[in-house]
Order: sequence, then C-alpha cells, then structure tokens
Amino acid sequence: MGLLSDPNRRRALISMLTRLNAPICVVCYFAGVAWFMGLAFEPFTLRTYMSENAMGSTMVEERFPAGERALATGREFAAHKKKVGGMPVDWLVKNMQDRGLEVFTQSFSRTLPFPDENKERYIVKGTNVYGILRAPRAPRTEALVLSAPCSPGDGNNQAVGLLLGLAQYFRNQIYWAKDIIFLVNEHDLIGMQAWLEGYHHTNTTGMSWSPLQGRGGSIQAALSLELSSDVITSLDLVLEGLNGQLPNLDLANLFYAFCQKIGVLCTIQGKLQRNDWDSVSGYNHAVQTMMLMVMKQASGRPWGDHGLFLRYHIEAATIKGVNSFRQYKTDATTIGRLLEGMYRKLNNLLERLHQSYFFYLMPSLSHFVSIGYYMPAFGLLAVILLLRALDLWVQLNTPPSTTEDGVADIDQQSSPGVLSVLTPLVISHLTGVALYALPIRFQETAVEHFPVSETEAVVLTAIAIYTAGLALPHNTHRLLSGEGTEQGWRVLKLVAVLYLAVLLGCTALINFSLGFILALTLVPLAAFVTPHVPKVLSAFILVILSPACTLLFSVFFFQELQDMPVSFQDGWLLYLSVISQGILDHSLYGSLVYPLIALLVYPCWLLFWNILFWK
Amino acid sequence: MAAHRCSCWSWLLILFSLSVFVVADIHETTPVNDHHGGVDHNAQTAEQTADQPAVEERRWEATEVKEAATVDAAADIQGTSAPETVVPSSVPQPKDDFQEELVIRPLHSGDIYASFQFRTLWDTDFMRENKVSHYRLFPKSLGQVISKFSVRELHISFTQGYWRTMQWGQPFIPSPPGAELWVWFQDSVTDVDATWKELTNVLSGIFCASLNFIDSTNTVQPSASFKPLGIGNVTDHSFLRYATLPREIVCTENLTPWKKLLPCGSKAGLAVLLKSEKLFHSSFHSQAVHIRSVCQDWQCKTTSWELRQTLNSVFDLHNSGQTKREWSLFKMFSRTLTEACPLASSSKLYIDITDNPQGEQFELSPATSLLSQAVVLGDRRTFSVYDLTQETTFGSVRSLNLLIRWKSNEGYIHYEPSKDRVKPHLLEMLIQLPPNSVTEVTVQFERALLKWTEYPPDPNHGFYVGSSVISSLVPSTVAMHTNSTRERPLFSSFFPCKEESSYFVRIYTEPLLVNLPTPDFSMPYNVICLTCTVVAVGYGSLYNLLTRSFQIEEPNPGLAKRIANVIRRMRGVPPL
Repeated sequence: MGLLSDPNRRRALISMLTRLNAPICVVCYFAGVAWFMGLAFEPFTLRTYMSENAMGSTMVEERFPAGERALATGREFAAHKKKVGGMPVDWLVKNMQDRGLEVFTQSFSRTLPFPDENKERYIVKGTNVYGILRAPRAPRTEALVLSAPCSPGDGNNQAVGLLLGLAQYFRNQIYWAKDIIFLVNEHDLIGMQAWLEGYHHTNTTGMSWSPLQGRGGSIQAALSLELSSDVITSLDLVLEGLNGQLPNLDLANLFYAFCQKIGVLCTIQGKLQRNDWDSVSGYNHAVQTMMLMVMKQASGRPWGDHGLFLRYHIEAATIKGVNSFRQYKTDATTIGRLLEGMYRKLNNLLERLHQSYFFYLMPSLSHFVSIGYYMPAFGLLAVILLLRALDLWVQLNTPPSTTEDGVADIDQQSSPGVLSVLTPLVISHLTGVALYALPIRFQETAVEHFPVSETEAVVLTAIAIYTAGLALPHNTHRLLSGEGTEQGWRVLKLVAVLYLAVLLGCTALINFSLGFILALTLVPLAAFVTPHVPKVLSAFILVILSPACTLLFSVFFFQELQDMPVSFQDGWLLYLSVISQGILDHSLYGSLVYPLIALLVYPCWLLFWNILFWK
Repeated sequence: MAAHRCSCWSWLLILFSLSVFVVADIHETTPVNDHHGGVDHNAQTAEQTADQPAVEERRWEATEVKEAATVDAAADIQGTSAPETVVPSSVPQPKDDFQEELVIRPLHSGDIYASFQFRTLWDTDFMRENKVSHYRLFPKSLGQVISKFSVRELHISFTQGYWRTMQWGQPFIPSPPGAELWVWFQDSVTDVDATWKELTNVLSGIFCASLNFIDSTNTVQPSASFKPLGIGNVTDHSFLRYATLPREIVCTENLTPWKKLLPCGSKAGLAVLLKSEKLFHSSFHSQAVHIRSVCQDWQCKTTSWELRQTLNSVFDLHNSGQTKREWSLFKMFSRTLTEACPLASSSKLYIDITDNPQGEQFELSPATSLLSQAVVLGDRRTFSVYDLTQETTFGSVRSLNLLIRWKSNEGYIHYEPSKDRVKPHLLEMLIQLPPNSVTEVTVQFERALLKWTEYPPDPNHGFYVGSSVISSLVPSTVAMHTNSTRERPLFSSFFPCKEESSYFVRIYTEPLLVNLPTPDFSMPYNVICLTCTVVAVGYGSLYNLLTRSFQIEEPNPGLAKRIANVIRRMRGVPPL
C-alpha cells in the first residue's frame, strides 16, 4: 500500500517495470514453462492418499466367483447382438429380470447436425436397457451406476457379460445401502446422454427420448466398463470428462488401492508407472503421462462413457481392459472382484465423494499435482499480459508530458480512439460468430457446389472462414477513423491484452489444460506484437501461434506422446476429423471448447493480427 | 334443406289431407315419398283428438314405470305392457302405445354418445285379419309391408361410420357400416326368394336407399347367428334372409322417411332434435328400424307388433373446436326440447352418470333428482332421468336445454409459500386423473447457500425432501360396509369408509436427496484468510489508486499541528 501510495516510490517502481519489462516477461515465460515441466518430477509431487474415511478404513472382502459364467453370458449376448443386428433389448430385459432386477428401457433418437464419419452415424435411434437392484431397507434416495456400452461389432461383449454376472452376484447380497443401476447403453455417449437427461429431467441438447419409468435417487458415483477380451493384461483408468471436468481424486485412489490389493496391473493414459523417477527416461515417462492428460483434458471431450456424468456432479470414471502382449494376465473373475470391492466401498459412503481434490493432474497413478501446485505455472504466464498492459498504460500516459501542446492532441485523439478500438473489436467478433454459426448452416450449400461430403463441407467451411478472417478486418478501421495513430494501436493493444488476460484466466479456472496451452502460444504473440516489427516474419509467427495451428501441432504432439507418430498426410486428415469432432461434441453434448475458440479466442487473436497491420 | 322442407309441411298437410290413401300404395322417389309420409302423419294427427282421454290415462300409468328399456328383454316388455291391459275399453279396437327416449352417455374418449329409441306397440295381427286398414300410431307403410310380404321380423339399419369399440365401449344396438337388412318370413310364404326380392325393392322405396341392389349375390341365410329376436321358435333358417350393402351412404334422404314413420314426425317430442345438418356432422351415425312381434303380457297368450326405431350418433367434441368441455342439447342438435310427443305414453331423457356418481366430473343443469338404474351389457349403470311428460321438467322457460358442464381438472390448489428458516412450502392440489395416463407434477427450485452454521455435519450427503403424499378415493369392486361400529378385523378398519363404492388410498413417493452448494469445510480458515487478504490488498489498493489523486505538498504545517508537535516533543514522542 505504502509502496503504491507514495508517488516517488511508485514512479520508481513503474519506471523499473517499464524499463525491465521485456526481460521480466521473458523470465516469467520461461519460469512458467519450467514450473510446468517440473510438475512431473516425482519429488515435487504428492503421493495419492485416500481422503474419504468411509472408504479408507473399512475392509471389504471380494468374493465374486463367477467370472467364467459371466464370459459365457457375454458370448451369449454377442450371439444375440449379431442376430438382432444391434442391441438385443428383449434378451437383455429378460436376462436382467431373471436376475431379479427391476428392468426398464428407454428409447431415444437423435439426428446429428452432419454425419459423423469417425463412427459412421447420422440418424441415431436406440434403446437403453437398465435394471435397478433395489437396496433392501433403503428409501431410494441414493444410487450407484455400473454401465457398459453396447458397441457395434464385437467390442465390449465381455463387459456386458461381466455386468450381468455382477448383477446376479450383487442381487444375492444383503449389505447394499444404495440402489445399484446396471445400465447397458446403446450408441455410447448419445445413449448415455439420453439416459442422463431422462434421469435428471433436463433437456439441454434438444434430443428426443422417452421418459424413464424407474429411478433410484440421486446418483453418488458411476463406473463405465469397457472390456473386449476374455483375459486382459492391465486395466486403464480414464478420468477426463466433458469440458475437462475430472471426478474426485478419491475415485482414482479407490481404483488404485484395489488394483494394488488384488494385484492387477493398472495404468493411466495407458502408461504404467515406473519407479526410476531419478533417471531421465523415468522423468520422460512421467512428463509423457502428464502431457497426455493435459492434452486430453484440453480437448474438452468426454474420453469415455463416464464423461457426461460429471456434468451432473456425479463422480464417474471409465475402466478399460487392455489386452497387450504381456505375460501377466488377469481373468474376468479378478476384474469382477475388483469391481465388487469398489462398489462395496462406494456403498459405504455416507456423503458423496468430496473430501479429495477435484482439480489435479496425474503424472502417474500413484502421484498427483494439485491445483495449488500447477496454478503458478499459469500465473507466471498470465502475469506477462498484465505487465505488458501496465507498460502500455504508462506509455499512453507519458507522451503528453513531453510536449506542452500534447494535451490538446489527446483530446483530439481520444474520441476517434474509441471508434478505432471498437471497430476492430466488433468486426473480429462478427467473424467469430460467423465461424461459429456458418459451417453447419451452410453445409447443404457447400455440398451442392463442391464435390465434398457433408462432414468435409463443415470442416472446410470452418477453415475457409478462419482464413478469410485474416484478410478481412485489419483495414476496416481506417475507413471509419481515417489514419491509425500511435495512440490508436496502443489503446487497441491494451484492450486486447487485458481481454486475453481475462479470457485465459477464466478458461484456466475451469479447464486448466486448455487455458495453459492457449496461454503458451497466445501470450508471447500478445507480448511482442506491434506495428513496428518486421511484417512478414511477424505475420508468419502470428499464424504459427494462432489457435488453429496450435490445434494442428497438438494433434501431432498427441500422436507422438501416444508413441504413434503419423505422417503429415495422416496428421492433416486427423486434424480435419478433430475439428469435425469438436463441432459435433458441441452440438451433441454441449462441449464448450468449439464456441470458446470460435467466439472468444479467435476474435482475440484477430485483434493482435489487426495491430500488426496497423497503419 | 331440411328446414325448408319442414316449413313446407304445414302447407302440404292442408293440401293433401283429402287425397288420403290413394297415393300411399305407390312407392316413388324422394320428393313424392315425403308427401306420402306427410299425408300419413296427417291422418294420424287427425285421429289423435278423438283418443285424447285414453292417451292421458296411459301417460299417467306409464310414468310409474321406471324401466330403462334399452335391453331387448322380453321380461321388460311384459312389465311395461302389463299396465296397458288395465285400460278399460269396451270397443275391441286395437290398442297401441308409443314410447320415446333418448340416452346420452359421455364417453371416455371425450365424445358424446346419443341414442334415440322410439317404440310403437300395437295389439293387432296383420296375418289373421287380412285387412288392417285403420292405422293410428303404427306407420301404415310398414304395416302394409308386413301384411303383404308375411314378414315375421324385419331389421334394417343404415350406418355411416364405424363404431370404435376400443374408445367408445359397446353401443346399445350394434350395426355394421352401410346398410344391413335381415328378415324372417312367416312359414306361409312359399317362394321366399321372390318375396325377398320384392320386399327389398319396396323397402328401397320407403327408405330412399339403394336396397334394390340386394340380390342373390349378396344375400345369405345364416343358420346360427341371426335368430329371431321376437317370440316364435322358428328354427328353419330357410325363412331367413340377410344382406348387407357396405357401400350404402346414409344421408338426409334416408333420415327424412325414417322420421316420418314416427307418430309425431319431427314436430314434437324427442324427434325435434333430429336435425340432419347436425346429425350428419358427427363421428358416427346409425339409424335403424326393427319390427318384431312380442308378447302382450307375461302369460304371452296374445302377441303384439313392436316397431322400434333407433338412432345412434356420436358427437365429436374436439372437432367442434371448442376448448371448454361443455355440452348442451342446443350445441349438439341446434334445438331444445319444449314438449313430449303428445301421443307418447312415455317420453324420457336419460343421462348416463355411472362414472360421475357425485358430480365430480361434470354437472348437469337443470339438475334432476330422478335416478334410474339399469343393467346394460352386463354392467349396472346409473342414469339421471328427465321425464318430458311432466311440465316441471321444462321449468319456467318452457324449454329444456340440458347442459353438461365438465369441471376443470385442477379443482383445488392450495399453496403456502415458505418463509426462510421458519416454515416450509406447502402445495396441495386436487387433481382428477384421466385413466391410463401419466401425470407429472414438477417443482422448480433454486439451490441456495445456507448460513455457515446451518450446515449439518455431513453436508455433502445432501438434504432430504420428504415424500409427497397422494390421497385418493379409489372405486372398489366390492361393496363395503360404511358402518364403522360394526365388528371388523383391525386391519380392515383403520381408514373410515364413507361410501360403499370406494375405498381410501394414500401413496407416498420416494424421498428426494438434493445437493445444495456446499463450501469446502476442510479449510474454512484458509478460505477466510485468503478472501480477506484478496479483498484488503487487491481491492483496497486499487480503489485507493483509482479514486485518490496524490500531490506533493509543501511541508507547511498548520497551527494545530505545530502545537501538537510541541506537546509531543515534551512527551518524548516523535512528532507528526
């Protein structure tokens, strides 16, 4: 306080900040990146521990015996699935009823805005089947969900078999305090979306579904099971949900604890954890695991069927059985025992999972980075924007004091200044709106005039609008306000820098990974752009650091991290499909990444583009 | 068109009153046929005045009878005809009797079913006395048909539309779409097929229908299904002929001759309501004529001929585009009732109120206290009865416009808003649930933060909302005892039973667990410290910088300050 209130010290501080602005910014940037990379270093991270007392101290025994029979049921399910050519609803209803569950079905239908070429679907109609195991002496206030998607082809039959086997075994136990809902959903996430909307009586995406006839109270936790082979080598835990939401860390802890107890290999992001943290390769491994999590979280899409539960504040995760070429094999009985143990512990919960962290990154399954540790990395990047803003503010205020008649100049310049700031703002945002709204609207027109499929039409229209945005706005302010002035671009940059700071700050609070990745690319360009830097080189750098190119690099980087490098040709195709998936995720499940990029980040980037070509 | 014809009638009556029966034998096309009916009717009305005392007497007798003669049971007919034998008559003239009634039943689908029945009984024998020439109530055209073709029984129906049994339940008298005709001939008929052919042609003329298209290609002789409905134990089905014409379209030209068979025509009584422009604007229309011989009394020594004319129609309320469910005679028929047919011994209007015993679904106005019960189609049903022969039925306005007004579904809503931390919300609703339906009551709420002391030790468990309660009186299949003092098992006597026909039910829904926004209680101290620091440092300094302007002031202390400094120096404290 005293520091800022005292005009002399204040002036000294400000002059230091303006003088050393560039070096401080550079230092901050590298410090931020270094901090982030340090997060994966094991001594800097915390070991996971069970925070929830209700799940920690209570011992449960796992006695599930019927793995083989569950697999047989799975084969029977597969046969019926093949016969019906889809979800064998009648067979499932009958089987669940035979196991003593209250069985209900829900039918749903959805027409996608444009065909999904990855999953080859356009008009989706399906049925969810779910059976409720009513807990004895419980008032139907709480429930747990175990779900298995009924995927087309041969996938996931074993999961349905195991689900039915567990249902039969659970039905005969008397210790349940929460209803357990066994759900087989068709068309993976679309079916799950329909079921969740039906369960919670909401309709956020304009999907049509029949109302649910049976409910089981508020859902406390949910697990989604994906198994595609009779024996597996390891179980993979998927946490990332819609918009980068994560379940409570205790759910991951629970899974890890039971894997340790029963002796199942468990992975996260498909990576086993290693003990040689002090070696370079060990650190590399941890960084890869964490970066994979960051990339997945930043994408904002649900990476398993559990992803949509998180929107309703239901802790959920997907457990995937992986069958790779390792010696160590796990059979279905063991997986059943693991799930039984997890459900028995979840059953003991008195409150919903809340004790542990909701915001974290995991460099390995046994270690985590909490929000308090990773936020400084983002903070160091964000402070650059504030420093630049301060610098600009000071620059805007100082010149008038140099000449006496400058006072009059300011009065003259400030009034067109508002217009010269407002015009690029409005135009770039209109371009953003066009980028958001037009691709889906214009798909029919595009298909009529060009030899492309509807999906390609949407993606290519998006890219076209994106590129056209570069040419469009940066000259228009001159038509309205005449020649741009030094003051003009400074005011515009000040607004843009503050805008970016607020935007990235809010994004990082909701989805750290997305915020951090955007900050990593947008902050340097925001810091250096002025009309006086070399045009061609700067323009090139600006394009390289634009959101679309960031996405392109992310695609290659992600493939690299997964040890599946792709050629440029394949990468480009992958990039196109990622864009279409992003648009689909937005319209199907309400993912916010596409509107965020189109409506806010891209216009913000356009402002900097505008500044570069200021005349 | 029909109205126009109606107004012409009075002229026609005068003009043709003298040219009596010469025309009657000739069966011609529609317009002439109309005249013929008019003449016929005129003859009857002329006779009416002579028999007035007898009619009066019979009417009084008939009001005693409380039978809903909707079912064709011989016993019923005996019961009604029994009083008639008491009527003293020295002259052995054939006795005849006319009854009319209208049954209105609100259907579950929301439609209205109206069923007219007109019955004429005549103690005569067309066969024995070869020349029956004196007709009073019985239409002469049909009488001549009976005697000429030696008909034992005749059933003819014209129907437009299909009876939707799933939605409407069973009709009182079923009939197929199109025209249906089936006739039992007397044993005396030698060439049945020829008689049948001639009969269809004659009927075709009488009813203005294409019955002449009935020939051997569409005539059958059912051996089991169509037994005679009247008396007589005929089993030889060679005297039976049955034919249907599914294509037959029923319209005004069929209704007019049908109406003319009535003693009062459409001038008085219930037949006033039969306006074709309204009747043919319905979902279902069926008119029929049934002739048979029935027992005169319970001993069944003598028989009499019965002519039943029925007309059923179903009015579609949703089609008429009105939002409020309300029905009146005028809305349906564009006429109101002003009198009974003077020739009728009984004229009644029945409203089926079985589904509405306490008037909770709809109310009738004017109300009537007269109730009647009848067993129809294996179901005991209750009817409100309006006796049109009594003056009081029409009230002071001299016309009966029966109004059925449905009550709106949300009968009663009681809502007490909550007061924060004092009392909860209370919402009570009285709802009429339609059958086979799902009713959803949703309550929107906002999640609010509680005060920090109000959270329970386990706030993340959620907050309970108690069960909703549904209390209802459910119709019982078994009659119950309303006497509460009577000895009963304890388990059956908890809820007091007010009515025989329904029992009390209370249903509780599941309790609800609602998650409220919950602060992280694990570190309230940290949170408080952090918040306070952020507010104090961040906001405070920013506010200071924005609102205050700093200026360097020459050190020129004021008088008070100088004095204060002097005092401070004396105290040994550093100066200001």
